[in-house]
Amino acid sequence: MQNRVRMLRKIQMVQFAVIDLNLYLNTHPRDRRALDEHNRLVAELDKLEEEYVQKYGILTAFSSSPAPWQWIDDPWPWEINYSR
Amino acid sequence: MWIYKKMLEYPADVERVDPLYASYLFAQFGGPDSELSAGLRYLSQAWTMPIPEGKATLISIGTEELAHWEIIGTLIYKLTKGVPATELAKLGAPGAHYVQHDRALYPHDASGVPWTAAYIQSIGDPVADLHEDMAAEEKARATYEHLIDMARDAKVIATLSFLREREIVHFQRFGETLDLLYEYIDKSAQKEPVEK
Ligand SMILES: [Fe+2]
Repeated sequence: MQNRVRMLRKIQMVQFAVIDLNLYLNTHPRDRRALDEHNRLVAELDKLEEEYVQKYGILTAFSSSPAPWQWIDDPWPWEINYSR
Repeated sequence: MWIYKKMLEYPADVERVDPLYASYLFAQFGGPDSELSAGLRYLSQAWTMPIPEGKATLISIGTEELAHWEIIGTLIYKLTKGVPATELAKLGAPGAHYVQHDRALYPHDASGVPWTAAYIQSIGDPVADLHEDMAAEEKARATYEHLIDMARDAKVIATLSFLREREIVHFQRFGETLDLLYEYIDKSAQKEPVEK
């Protein structure tokens, strides 16, 4: 669980930067530097998520799943202790 | 459409259970300036927002608010988990919640008043809508400050501080959207033929 949480927290960090840049870009669509940073972080996020999904299970129901159907697997986001 | 991602936006944790504090957090789960109100307010307004930056802002921020609603729900869930009913009964609000909802999450405010769409407005005038949104962000920020003032749990404080900061960023983005909207309104007024 420890390694899983560490990876999840890394994903949360990169994803947060993507969310924040998304909001910024909505009102600054021509800011090239922010756009490049957004695109770089999206690529990093994709890589991290791919690794996570391989090891611990799918993050959305739009991923292909090994059998049996993985989407139902615990833990759900509210059931995880993030600081241990 | 919306896609559920099986993770929280922020690693929301608590140090120990505290059902009384959880009852205060309901302000942001189902109160007037809650994350639920914020999400439904912005998403409802998106259909009639005229400018592209505004549509994107309402959809992006509205969606993030639902992720914040999930974070508040997670804090409440963790703060009440496993507390016996006899303990909740001693505490007032948590006891009253237990009678009707057990430990289930239900969108009501800190005093138990159920959430209502009357908390939000979507009036179809984008200038008025964006002013409402900016006011809502400031009210949510103030609510988080009240909650932080009363908190003792460092992990709860860390999560609420994150959410408070997001309200400030959202206020900023809505302000920028309003500037862009005024530019759009000025430009459309210039283009319109003069009526005789
Ligand atoms: Fe907000």
